[in-house]
Amino acid sequence: MRLKYWIGLLLIAGAVGYLIWGGLGKSLVYFITPSEYFQDPAKYAGKRIRLGGIVKAGTIRYDPKTLKLEFVLTDGVTEVPVHHRGTPPALFKERQGVVVEGKFRGKVFYGDNLLVKHSETYQPPKEGYTPEEVRKLIREAK
Amino acid sequence: MLGWERMETARTRLDPVTVGLLALGFAVLLIGFYLALVAPPDQQQGYLVRILYLHVAAAWTGYLAFVVAGIYALFYLFTNRPAYDRVSAASAEIGLWLSLLMVLGGMMWARPTWGVYWVWEPRLTSVAVMIAVYVGYFLVRQAIEDPEMRAKAAAAVAILGVINIPITYMSVYWWRSIHQTASIDIINRKVHMAPAMLEALLVNLLAFTLIYLGFVRLKGYLAARQALKEGFDG
Repeated sequence: MRLKYWIGLLLIAGAVGYLIWGGLGKSLVYFITPSEYFQDPAKYAGKRIRLGGIVKAGTIRYDPKTLKLEFVLTDGVTEVPVHHRGTPPALFKERQGVVVEGKFRGKVFYGDNLLVKHSETYQPPKEGYTPEEVRKLIREAK
Repeated sequence: MLGWERMETARTRLDPVTVGLLALGFAVLLIGFYLALVAPPDQQQGYLVRILYLHVAAAWTGYLAFVVAGIYALFYLFTNRPAYDRVSAASAEIGLWLSLLMVLGGMMWARPTWGVYWVWEPRLTSVAVMIAVYVGYFLVRQAIEDPEMRAKAAAAVAILGVINIPITYMSVYWWRSIHQTASIDIINRKVHMAPAMLEALLVNLLAFTLIYLGFVRLKGYLAARQALKEGFDG
């Protein structure tokens, strides 16, 4: 009668084992920076990678009709032009930390999944803002 | 032999400490809820920041619950008193519910901020491992019929399971993660939160801790009643 629990236990043990040896191993280096990529591009040739960095100010171009998003990703040293298709997440903006999943084709990185990294700092909008400005900020943040 | 003689002295009425902890906990939770609702919005994510008060409070008390489960498992192995096994199981169960609450809140927050509900990155993967281990803990308890064997096997899982807590907590520091590091940063002794937000978080944390303590006592009490009944039946 207790057999089903042993089967369940086996499944859980298998899942934990898989997560530790398979999943965690892969996710430990969750993303690489552009500089790391260009140190050894051959290592990542043709592979799907996650590229992490900051969205360079003044480089965002987004066309809501075609959902084409272009921006420059930088780690402060190396810059990479990124082409992405899809609506950017709500918090996507200049100087924001992002992780893009995709592939390099030549010098351009083609992303198909865009994640925005949120900082650990939580602050209300600056002092002296009127309620209207706060509401506007919140609308923009959405 | 199995300590039934001790169980016969188990209280048959809920003690005032348990009732008091739960009543106080839920009262503080109401205050925490109010503070969370009047706390200012965050300059980046707006009102989404309010999920933090649930998410972080549930995460911390979840860790606490798993550590307590491990400590009482250790007590059990040293003394063989079934009461310690019952407290360990009660704490692990509440820890599991708190962890699921933490993940639920986190997913609600992750979708609008990161852009996805779930992603296999170090923090989330280590949380998944932690939750799977404690689901396994209850499967072990269900799979073994002999009470003493069950308690010993469960104690081993609960003690080994504690290793998950430092790994999960430190994952955002040890590895590159999309999950932000702690806003109340114990490692670097810094707080990255506005005072009003910090206050709301700490009050909610207190509420969750009180409710956790009350529920562990309540679960332990119910398990003692059940053991008493089964002892008479058998």
